[in-house]
Amino acid sequence: MSIGAEVPRDRAKRLLVGRGRYVDDISLPRMLHLAFVRSPYAHARIDAIDTSRAMALPGVVAVFTAADLDGAVSSWRAAHKLFPTMAAPEQGVLARDVVRWQGEAVAAVAAESRALAEDGAEQVAVEWHELTPVLDGNQALAPGAPVLHRDMTDNLAYETKITAGDVDAAFAGAAHVAEEHFRFHRHSGISLEPRGIIADFEPSESRLTVHQSHQTPHQQQDLYARLLGLPEHKVRVICPDVGGAFGLKHHLMADELTACVAAKLLARPVKYIADRLESFLSDIHCRDHEVHARMAFSREGEILGLHVDDLFNAGAYGQYPRTSIAEGNQISRLTGAPYRHENYRADLRMAFLNKSILGHIRSVGHPIACAVAERLIDLGAAHLGLDAIEVRRRNYLDDDDFPRTSTGGVEFEYLSLNPCLDKALEIIDVAQFRQEQAEARAKGVYRGIGVATFVELTAIGPEYYGEGGQHISAQETCLLRLEGSGTLRCYTGATDQGQGIDTGIQQVVADVLGLPLGDVEVISGDSALCPVGGGSWGSRGAALAGEAAMRAATTLRRNILSIAASLLQKNAAGLTIEQGVVVDTASGTTHMAVSEIARIGHFQPYSIPEGVAADLTVVERYATRDRMFLAGNGLQIAIVEVDVDSGIVMPLRHLVVHDCGRILNPLLVREQVRGGVVQGIGAALYEELRYDPDGHLLTGSFADYLVPMAGEMPDIEVAHIESPTKTSELGAKGAGEAGTAGAVGAILNAVNDAISPFDASIAEVPITPPRLLRALGRF
Amino acid sequence: MKAPDFDYHRPETLAEALDLLARHGEDAAIIAGGQSLLALLNFRLAAPERLIDIGRLTDLKSLSEDHGHIEIGGLLRHCDLQASPLIARELPLLHKAIGHIAHPAVRHRGTIGGSLAMADPAAELGACCLALDGEFLLVSLQNRRWVAAADFFLGVYQTALRADEILAAVRLPKRRPGSIGIFDEIARRRGDFAMAGLALAAQTGDGGLSDVRLALLGVADRPILAGKTMAFLEGRPINEARIDEAAALIAGEIDPPEDPAYPPAYRRHLTGVLLRRALLELCS
Amino acid sequence: MSNKLRRIALTVNGEAVEREVPVRLNLVDFLRHELGFTGSHVGCEHGACGACTVLLDEQTVRGCLTLAVQADGCAVRTIEGAGENELMVDLQAAFHRLNALQCGFCTPGMLFSAQELLQANPAPSREEIRDYLSGNFCRCTGYQAIVDAVQAVAQMRHGARHGGRHGAPGP
Repeated sequence: MSIGAEVPRDRAKRLLVGRGRYVDDISLPRMLHLAFVRSPYAHARIDAIDTSRAMALPGVVAVFTAADLDGAVSSWRAAHKLFPTMAAPEQGVLARDVVRWQGEAVAAVAAESRALAEDGAEQVAVEWHELTPVLDGNQALAPGAPVLHRDMTDNLAYETKITAGDVDAAFAGAAHVAEEHFRFHRHSGISLEPRGIIADFEPSESRLTVHQSHQTPHQQQDLYARLLGLPEHKVRVICPDVGGAFGLKHHLMADELTACVAAKLLARPVKYIADRLESFLSDIHCRDHEVHARMAFSREGEILGLHVDDLFNAGAYGQYPRTSIAEGNQISRLTGAPYRHENYRADLRMAFLNKSILGHIRSVGHPIACAVAERLIDLGAAHLGLDAIEVRRRNYLDDDDFPRTSTGGVEFEYLSLNPCLDKALEIIDVAQFRQEQAEARAKGVYRGIGVATFVELTAIGPEYYGEGGQHISAQETCLLRLEGSGTLRCYTGATDQGQGIDTGIQQVVADVLGLPLGDVEVISGDSALCPVGGGSWGSRGAALAGEAAMRAATTLRRNILSIAASLLQKNAAGLTIEQGVVVDTASGTTHMAVSEIARIGHFQPYSIPEGVAADLTVVERYATRDRMFLAGNGLQIAIVEVDVDSGIVMPLRHLVVHDCGRILNPLLVREQVRGGVVQGIGAALYEELRYDPDGHLLTGSFADYLVPMAGEMPDIEVAHIESPTKTSELGAKGAGEAGTAGAVGAILNAVNDAISPFDASIAEVPITPPRLLRALGRF
Repeated sequence: MKAPDFDYHRPETLAEALDLLARHGEDAAIIAGGQSLLALLNFRLAAPERLIDIGRLTDLKSLSEDHGHIEIGGLLRHCDLQASPLIARELPLLHKAIGHIAHPAVRHRGTIGGSLAMADPAAELGACCLALDGEFLLVSLQNRRWVAAADFFLGVYQTALRADEILAAVRLPKRRPGSIGIFDEIARRRGDFAMAGLALAAQTGDGGLSDVRLALLGVADRPILAGKTMAFLEGRPINEARIDEAAALIAGEIDPPEDPAYPPAYRRHLTGVLLRRALLELCS
Repeated sequence: MSNKLRRIALTVNGEAVEREVPVRLNLVDFLRHELGFTGSHVGCEHGACGACTVLLDEQTVRGCLTLAVQADGCAVRTIEGAGENELMVDLQAAFHRLNALQCGFCTPGMLFSAQELLQANPAPSREEIRDYLSGNFCRCTGYQAIVDAVQAVAQMRHGARHGGRHGAPGP
């Protein structure tokens, strides 16, 4: 069996010896390099742009402003038909007369090298008229606030409310109401490889070839074709090796589109690689929510009701094409989702403000939904004098509760909440920790333990974007091509940024077909070669592309065995394939190699009777039906030490018990989960995009924006519960959100547990040392 | 983030370098290891007309000792000093501090002279030299002068170096019998610039500490001596009550700059924590 | 502005190279774009992420904080030329086997740091490994597989004992 085996990744071999091929490694003849003139202000009017000095510099080939691109590219609006009242202001490739965040591009310089392009950008003179910036949601939504967009009367991008049951009655009848005001600051995905693109336009054929560090080649093909007015089949988007993505690279970015327009207008290849400063300024950001939440409890710790009020500080525009709403929507729908409560209310207000566009970064909304509920449970349990773990257990949805639609409206086929908790408590002896904690406290050492139960929404179904009006495939297709020698090429619409979905698919295909793993090669990331598919986002690879691969392999296996049966004059039902050889299922007698069938199938097809299913190139597809998500779940436990003198938090130990259904490759899933945890610890302790009162980014370097590094990270134990989904044959759910989804909640609870002797608490992340010491009243 | 263009000179001798500086000093930047300067250039936060690369000047790479002092060539790299048994033996305070500077790959290029001349207020070496009462040899075509560390640092990235001068050497007194040196800092992550740090040098004896020099980093526009606290600690035995008093005193003595991430009150608090830890270490 | 040029001669991966380069060109851009050694990567251009780590005269340096002209006369080694070192080959194999990389962008720099650590300290604890690698940013893994891989190589080559905060590596 190959499915479930710990198989190392083929692709890793060349990455280890420096043979990767990332976008910036590619160079095309006569290629130009792009640099941008970006707004130094958060909000300003552009009165004039003078490009003449830049144009005069040696090596500068062209300078574009918005006016120069009129007619060459369309603008767009980030709208979503499932949220019809959401504002969708118009956005173009370059800001035309108003800039709405510091870093928004107003002009592009194409030159013979990036250094020369930057020289040119420095020489573009812009006359600015500063406007008052709007920098947080409260300010944005206050009466009289400056309005960002001309076709709006205020900055309210969207407002909605979800209700279930009778929340007011539940709170009125509660023995205790736990209440907290949370702040989750803004951060981003921070892939190590920044965004990058090479656009190459061939005018004689109207053909655009794009190499891009991206997660979704087919989505980009559609967007570039439509926005640039090209026939879609003349647009090809190739995603070579991608140096990390995490949701950062599945959007349309105005500067990347500018590279395509420039290539079209100049008829020369144009490369744009975002530098780190540009990345901080203008990448898609995430989080930035202010959440006020209340949880009503009975005396016994039963959750009677939950009310979540989320102020979502979005960016200057909605993210295109997916829009920015999902993060707020996930918080509204997911908070408290693992628990059996009937009375629920979620209020959401999303505000536009003068910061970079906010969108979907790994584990969209999940960490906030998780942290809010998990913190409230700890607060409630402490007040009621109950064990917080027992309060969780008491309220968990149990095996009998499924299938179930949560009060927030999320459908759960099954969640293994109790099995995950049981397993976690086998691994971490909480009573023993409590004893050690007491001993340590006596010595002035403050440790804490934090538990966070999370639900993980994966494998988004076609209804979300299909109904929304976006051209984003949530269906996956797999094409298998048995070569004449009997080896196999597998083309998938999923893409691999290192998480290893190529290997997972390879295992599925090899397993079903009975081929040696090495005889299967997976080809992905090319919109011209690969069948239309969604790429990789929202933990969809294993569940959707894996299932499509399984179906295609099943069909191809049937065809191989049909051919074999006809050649051998045997019944196909009695045959199987093992290690590339057709054998008799019952006796194990070997009959003929798959390579022989491939040879005959391709070169001597006349040997196969008419009517036998003999296709050796097969295509199958898979999409979920009638469900928005496949929900996984899990639990994290963090143990931390707080230096109450400095406010520094040291994660000491971290456990994840996770259920992502059937696991294709535990080796890969483990580190995928750990990587997610480390990103979650980053959000909990380090990562924050901070702005000054004028809206200028203060964290434009890695000296100011802190990412988690090896020295401070703990070892992370990962254990699994395996509850395959019954909605597919393969049974896999996604695994990419889990680590990030639960880590913030676990760390937040652990820190609060550590400082509980001081009667202090904190509800703001990242938990920076000054914030923590202030909560402790130390300065 | 590509550096702006510049003229590049790589003198082979100190005399040649000084001659270049005499002619171009106002418009030139000296590059040694380049571990700070090149980042500034890449961000285009600096745009000197020319770089004078002194990296090949072997005259500035010597390490020597006399009966009371160690003299360190300005071009010795952090890794050279970290690996030097002489430094470990005679300047343990400095040796310990170097381990806190960034990461190995940076320590392989960064130099002591470059770090001091850059004068980042959060850098380790400035505070060490201040605590050790070091002197810096500044040379120009016309002149050689020794400047005390206490007179060298003038502000954020500001020093007593004139445009035509090179920091050629650092002279630090060797450890004496009974002397102690403590270096400590608090940073968010390993290798980060510290939020606050402390270098304490003193003589220990029956009557407590003497010749106390207590330098701080990351809490002002330059490395500073905590004069009041030094005076308080001078000549008295350390006990728990004194430690509390000293920690309160130092927190009140300093005036860290406004910083939205790390407010002044936080840095004052941290400095008190560091001093408490240092004095407790002395007691134990 | 323009590009002022200077001629440099050095060895890269053991081969003599002579080029006229813009003086403002940094070492990693020179290696990548002038010589085609694209195995070293550019992640931040201010010395913080470690993706551009290469060997300069046998020591790790930041390729973005070194000018190409400063490497004149020196010996540079990139990941493409690192396979002559047996320790490096072992590290690469262990990284592969234990899945100590995902996207691979940090990996060449991480490998050089790991190699340098094991050359100086053949039996480091997990804590020492984490410390030495703490200047190399990895956004994909949880660092743990990387620490496991370095430790596994140390154990294989030198029979090092387990160390660190939580004992042995493993699932």
